[in-house]
Amino acid sequence: MNIIITDKDMKKINYCLNKMVASSMAHSVLLIDRSGQLIAHYGNTPEIDILSLSALTAANFGATAEIARMLGEEEFTLLFHKGRSENVYFSAIGEHVIMVTLFDDKTSLGLIRLQINKIIDELSVILSSIFEKGRVKLGESLRSS
Amino acid sequence: MPFINFSKDEIQCKIVYYGAGFCGKTTNLQYIFSQTRDDIKGKMVSIDTKGDRTLFFDFLSLSLGKIRGFDIRVQLYTVPGQVHYDATRKLVLKGVDGVVFVADSLKVQRKKNIESLINLAKNLAEKGVSIRSIPLVIQYNKRDLDGTDSEILPMDILEKDLNSMLKVPSFPASALKGGGVYETLREISKLVVKDVSRKIMLLDKQLK
Repeated sequence: MNIIITDKDMKKINYCLNKMVASSMAHSVLLIDRSGQLIAHYGNTPEIDILSLSALTAANFGATAEIARMLGEEEFTLLFHKGRSENVYFSAIGEHVIMVTLFDDKTSLGLIRLQINKIIDELSVILSSIFEKGRVKLGESLRSS
Repeated sequence: MPFINFSKDEIQCKIVYYGAGFCGKTTNLQYIFSQTRDDIKGKMVSIDTKGDRTLFFDFLSLSLGKIRGFDIRVQLYTVPGQVHYDATRKLVLKGVDGVVFVADSLKVQRKKNIESLINLAKNLAEKGVSIRSIPLVIQYNKRDLDGTDSEILPMDILEKDLNSMLKVPSFPASALKGGGVYETLREISKLVVKDVSRKIMLLDKQLK
């Protein structure tokens, strides 16, 4: 399977991520697929290697999913790591994508969770169309380019 | 699973270095990392144990330049080689676009190479991928031990053991000294990019 992202898809995704950052006061949001590839990134993370972060996140999520299965759960759909000032919140969006929200003490976990829940439905629609209809979009994009 | 981003004109591919424990997968990545210009590489991430064994994976992101207007970015991963880390290997293989099988030339590792190649075929098959169709390159590592006290297998025996059925490109190498490392990377990158372009053209034809 190939994953094809067109300009139009990316604009829709970025609109959602922008909204998420603005409403939750998180400093950045990443969308990655479960094999560790970065799909989109919004926010201020100049000092973080986001490609490595994507690879590690996917691995972390995959390992946790295995723990869930051992415990008889299908999977854990969210993970939260708390640091002294930096925190990370991971949420599964459908079966292919993980959203990573990075935030510090300027905001609260409650607000982050609330805004994530609001944005996830919107992103699910966009992402499932990318994953399901990717092939058709590839043809359209190639012909229009 | 290549990631084609028309918004940024970028193609991201995942290449996994596979092989038995201590065959030199991490050493390959370390050599590439040490010899590559800063502007085209990311940080190298390793999750290993104190005994220098890879616990989960190593990761290195490289930019290979432009092909037909697309920036090609490859993500290099290694897997833990030990038999009991099979679940981890399966996780790392998720979404793989190309594999480098690193074989240990040491005579004592002969059986382990074969077992690891069979394990690769099995784990790929579980993901619905055939070892015969995925871009694959075999690297015979530790050739620098030739002529030392450590007994190594001749190339033709290794070829017969591992490549007689697959007939994929293979390279002698010394990951420690660097010989053959770039040749292997170049070949697998070429095969992966060719495979992605072929898929794009095939899909486009189907849609016309």
